[in-house]
Amino acid sequence: MNGWQLVILWSDGLVWLLLAAGLALGGLIARSPPLRVAWQRVGANRIGMASATVLLAFVGIGLLDSLHYRVALDGKPGEPIRYAIEVLSVLDALATPLRTRNEKTYSAPLASRLYAKETLDQPGGGAQRDYPRLKHGGLHLGERENERLADIAFTTFRAVVLAFLGWLAVVAVVASTVNGAGWRKIWRGETAFAWSAVLATLGVLLLVAVPVFSLSGQYHVFGTDKVGQDVLYQILKSVRTALIIGLVTTLVMLPLAVLLGIVAGYFRGWVDDVIQYVYTVLNSIPGVLLIAAAVLMMQVVIDTHPAWFATAAERADLRLLALCFILGITSWTGLCRLLRGETLKLRELEYIQAAQAFGVSSTRIIGRHILPNLMHIVIIALVMDFSGLVLAEAVLSYVGIGVDPTMTSFGTMINNARMELGREPVVWWSLAAAFSAMFILVLAANLFADAIRDAFDPRAA
Amino acid sequence: MLAYILRRLFYALPILIGVNLLTFALFFIVNTPDDMARMQLGVKRVTPEAIAHWKAERGYDKPLFINLAASGLSTVTNTIFFDKSARMFVGDFGRAEDGRDIAREIGARMGPSLAIALPTFMLGLFVTVSFALLLAFFRATALDVWGVVLCVAMMSISGLFYIIGGQYLIAKVWKLVPISGFGDGLDAWRFLVLPVFIGVISGIGSSTRWYRTIFLEEVSKDYVRTARAKGLPETLVFFRHILRNAMIPILTGVVVVIPLLFMGSLLTESFFGIPGLGSYTIDAINAQDFAVVRAMVFIGAVLYIIGLILTDISYTLVDPRIRFS
Repeated sequence: MNGWQLVILWSDGLVWLLLAAGLALGGLIARSPPLRVAWQRVGANRIGMASATVLLAFVGIGLLDSLHYRVALDGKPGEPIRYAIEVLSVLDALATPLRTRNEKTYSAPLASRLYAKETLDQPGGGAQRDYPRLKHGGLHLGERENERLADIAFTTFRAVVLAFLGWLAVVAVVASTVNGAGWRKIWRGETAFAWSAVLATLGVLLLVAVPVFSLSGQYHVFGTDKVGQDVLYQILKSVRTALIIGLVTTLVMLPLAVLLGIVAGYFRGWVDDVIQYVYTVLNSIPGVLLIAAAVLMMQVVIDTHPAWFATAAERADLRLLALCFILGITSWTGLCRLLRGETLKLRELEYIQAAQAFGVSSTRIIGRHILPNLMHIVIIALVMDFSGLVLAEAVLSYVGIGVDPTMTSFGTMINNARMELGREPVVWWSLAAAFSAMFILVLAANLFADAIRDAFDPRAA
Repeated sequence: MLAYILRRLFYALPILIGVNLLTFALFFIVNTPDDMARMQLGVKRVTPEAIAHWKAERGYDKPLFINLAASGLSTVTNTIFFDKSARMFVGDFGRAEDGRDIAREIGARMGPSLAIALPTFMLGLFVTVSFALLLAFFRATALDVWGVVLCVAMMSISGLFYIIGGQYLIAKVWKLVPISGFGDGLDAWRFLVLPVFIGVISGIGSSTRWYRTIFLEEVSKDYVRTARAKGLPETLVFFRHILRNAMIPILTGVVVVIPLLFMGSLLTESFFGIPGLGSYTIDAINAQDFAVVRAMVFIGAVLYIIGLILTDISYTLVDPRIRFS
């Protein structure tokens, strides 16, 4: 094993910061009774918990992909160590077979041959047109290529049995360790926390993931794309991009929206006028155009300063963060207006008037009395925005103002594959895989957002 | 009424000035014209003369705000700000990179954009409102539950999927309509069917859910109970009372987008090869044609502000209690 050097990209730092912030927030919530009650309501919601399980799986992939390093190159002893230009992540290391075993061009899912005929040299001389064998997919079959389906079926069966056994083990652990659970109560859905939904979802996830994992050792489960890259690998890499767009953007948007919204509603007068003016101006420019204008400008800045970036990964990373920043700048206005309106209502309530009469300072009133009463709006807005941002990334990347073209994302995958349905024979797998993965992520986020809204919105109760 | 509209237009002026200053800052101060020139000319063949020539050709060689070299009024008028930004207020958008007049181009492209956007908008509104009304009518039944499930699933699908999938299935496999393109006059309808259909379908999920929430909020109000108590059949309660009262929140979201229909849809137009403003914008973005993007930002803001004023006016039409003061 060569030496390696830890690389912390800006977005990695933000991801781990977000994780820490999330955990800290969890600690705060555990201490505040009303919030705890609301989260318990979320925990009892079966659809909400099932989608949360799916989301956690995505977050896990994203976190694995957020630990980056550079491998040291082989050099003579005594010389200073130099590191490879390529920045890898832990996910890349785990998925090395997927990353490195590239084919020549398109191949269908689980295929052992390329998708189109080529002229092949026969061993005995002469040439023949046939589908060439893949370099890696189904290689272990050797001469017994006609046993491919049987091999796939057997591997899948073995993996399903394994997944089922693993799932049973998890169920047993949960049933024996969690207070007052017991498998009978879980089965009937009588636990306060929706364990039945979580375990059922986990079972489905395992039944899908384990076979895919064991098949991916020998085959390209979702096929390969134009340059022969494994589609499954690209899907895994896209998850991080989608999560960063969805989460870091809200991180940018949140302080702006909360601070300005509360200040405008609380102080009114000229402060309110100025803030309203700013968000009306930003709001009146159609979102895509404002993003386009800002991204074009950012592109000029990046192109004129190539010296800022040591590696291509860093440049792509900074462009991703800039995109998050721009999306955040263009999307805080809605939440800000909502918070301003709510603060206007709150500040007229008796207990705040009383606090003012006692001479409590404005910052203290905002921090102690107003902000906690707005938290439900903030939380609802955060989860509601996430799915919209993931969908927006795909559209923006198509328009050419999204993430860096070298960065794998659902948007760039779709953008690269959009002409493939016009081919003969039709190449459907990369589009289908990208759209399905995106659909699952966004659907889970939407359902989770609904559960959050039902639990936190006082009007919905 | 007229006085009110005039006053609103007057209030809109500072916002437009704000938009103008913002885009000016973005396009000329964050990035100097030198950067733009280098970008357009390509990094390799860049010489100071080439940059100067590029800037002079497009009028970017003047000072930003105040031209000290000139005298009298032209200290202010002979500047980039006056030439490129202030003139937009009178509809003079200058020329695109390919030398064409932007204002004329926009005028010619509005028609095709509107031909797609208007039917999509009307049909979409009709379909989603009816669907939402249906779900609200059968609220808390299996139909409602599965309808909402369908809506959530539909809004979780990327808009790109509707376009790519619809184009593949309807135009390529079934060969019902041409895949893309645009025709003159009445012949254009064959090209319009598919984009309009796909536009309506892709909007169903989120809009239906939104309208259903509005209807359900109305359903639980006192006047609805009164209407039922006096013996009105449920259908009459829905169409005469709930639908009318739900118009206010619906109008808030709907009227403001009507003027923006002129802008067209970026995705639909570029996928279907429709020569409208949406594809114009996309082409400009890809060619990094800053002048066109700047013009489109400004027009978008103008249309949005018109939409806000129209929203206020529409309130008086549906709710006689609202008066302008």
